[in-house]
Amino acid sequence: MEKALRSKKAVCFFILPGLILFLLIVAVPIIQSADYSLLKWNGISEGTFVGLDNYIEMFKDPVFLLSLKNSLLLAAASVLIQMPISMLLALVLVNGVKGENFFRNAFFIPVIISSTVIANLWMKIYHPSYGLLNVFFDWLGHPEWKQNWLGSSATVLIACFIPMIWKDIGYNMLLFYSAAKSISSDIIEAAKIDGASKFQISMKIIMPIIIPMIEAVTIFCIVGSLKSFDMIFILTGGGPMHASSVLSLMMYSEIFTNNHYGYASAVAIAIIIICLLFTFGVQFVFKKIMRKYRSDS
Amino acid sequence: MKIKEDGKQKKKMSPVKWIMYGGLIFWTVIQLFPLYWLFTFSLKSNAEIFGGNIIGLPKEWHWEHYVTVFGQAHIYKYLLNSLFVAIVTIVATALLASMASYALVRLKWRLSSVVYILFLLGMMLSLQAVLLPLYRNLKAIRDSLWSLIIPYVAFNLPMGILLISGSLKTIPKEMEEAAFIDGASLYKIFFRIILPLLKPIISTVAILNFLDSWNELMLAQTFINSDQWMTITVGVNNMIGRYSTKWGLIGAGLTIATIPTLVLYAFLSNNIQESLAAGAVKG
Repeated sequence: MEKALRSKKAVCFFILPGLILFLLIVAVPIIQSADYSLLKWNGISEGTFVGLDNYIEMFKDPVFLLSLKNSLLLAAASVLIQMPISMLLALVLVNGVKGENFFRNAFFIPVIISSTVIANLWMKIYHPSYGLLNVFFDWLGHPEWKQNWLGSSATVLIACFIPMIWKDIGYNMLLFYSAAKSISSDIIEAAKIDGASKFQISMKIIMPIIIPMIEAVTIFCIVGSLKSFDMIFILTGGGPMHASSVLSLMMYSEIFTNNHYGYASAVAIAIIIICLLFTFGVQFVFKKIMRKYRSDS
Repeated sequence: MKIKEDGKQKKKMSPVKWIMYGGLIFWTVIQLFPLYWLFTFSLKSNAEIFGGNIIGLPKEWHWEHYVTVFGQAHIYKYLLNSLFVAIVTIVATALLASMASYALVRLKWRLSSVVYILFLLGMMLSLQAVLLPLYRNLKAIRDSLWSLIIPYVAFNLPMGILLISGSLKTIPKEMEEAAFIDGASLYKIFFRIILPLLKPIISTVAILNFLDSWNELMLAQTFINSDQWMTITVGVNNMIGRYSTKWGLIGAGLTIATIPTLVLYAFLSNNIQESLAAGAVKG
């Protein structure tokens, strides 16, 4: 058997189909992207090599800076608003409530529905005249609160963020929930016998044990926000006047609207680099938290 | 312990409990009300939607919106396209990822660990990083379903390999060794013994792939131009543009686009939740 397992023919048969596909569709194109990012190129004529000019231009481009700011705001909203709500819901469910499964499913359903459907639905919720939101303000007797939510640059960003955060709360909740569920019940029973309240159990036992999951979810939230595209693409296309533009959307319109192929590729590479930096940053911070937690206890 | 607690609950609901259940129900409404609203306005006439009956149940149930959307808007074609893309993506990813995992975990060759790391690095990348090169490289097959399937498979491989090879490592080798002594070839061992044993993890990978490919927008929007090859996300989105003010039809289109995932969820809710959790933990 040892000899058979070393057979070159078998290795080729099993690994090559997947590996070749991966190289052609993932690995080679990423190198192409990096290569394009060094060119000034409109996709039609020959590109000219401009070195790092595209990267330098980014920091002078108000649309890029605005998109970066919006993406970072979304990431911050995701970590500071979406994660705490998800955690709260998960902790409540994990502590045993009646209808635990019902609530879990109810919170989870928006996660599996496509962003296209969710975005179109929220466009209707935000509709200036007949949308749920403005009708609700009428009903409250505060017609002055009514807005053209997606049409005005003052409200568009928050109006785009709300459905994005709303949709994925259930996902983060599920991740926290399943991590907390996998904690051995002995530990929790022991704490109960010692007289710990559910609140104390949540804060002092469950939360510290699921720190690795909190770290993973933080990374998902940040990376997911920095890469998000679908929802805003449909809700506003980045408008009005780029007010709701985010990095991926800006890259997309640089390719397909402005034909700035070189510049768009530089933005694509920048997105990956920013995501990697945040991933390492979060890992670094959590390493410190873990160390502090261990030395405390 | 549990029984005792439940008993206590029946006697008296403490204020904390009231707040907790109130909060849970409030949040359920927040999560589900938009979906309820979507379904009800899909059955209403514009007079009801724009008039007095904005959030109530429809007074007249306009089921014909669904018939119209199905007939006029070719929505069944979009559904079939999405289904084809999803099924081929799932089967191809499962097969290629299982084969690669077998080579990486069981077979002995020099570059094995290098290739494994290469696949893992692929998890860092997403479609938008290679959108432009793919758009150009796949020019020949653009505007066909294959221009979606091939990238979907390639981008799903890293996660598939990570999950499947993790599971393969836990399967003892004895059965394969016994089969080999009985004269079975590696190929036979893989297809007859390994693949069936990997079924549970393959179903996890399949669920992740289904949600990914069914909901994907960026490539589907960019690579497909003809109406006949559009997937459900893009098709429904375009249809909505055409119907602009006919909210009932728009609602029906959106609901139809959602039903397949909801049906799948109804049957597999626990598997779906487990799969998404597994994908996240490993990723």
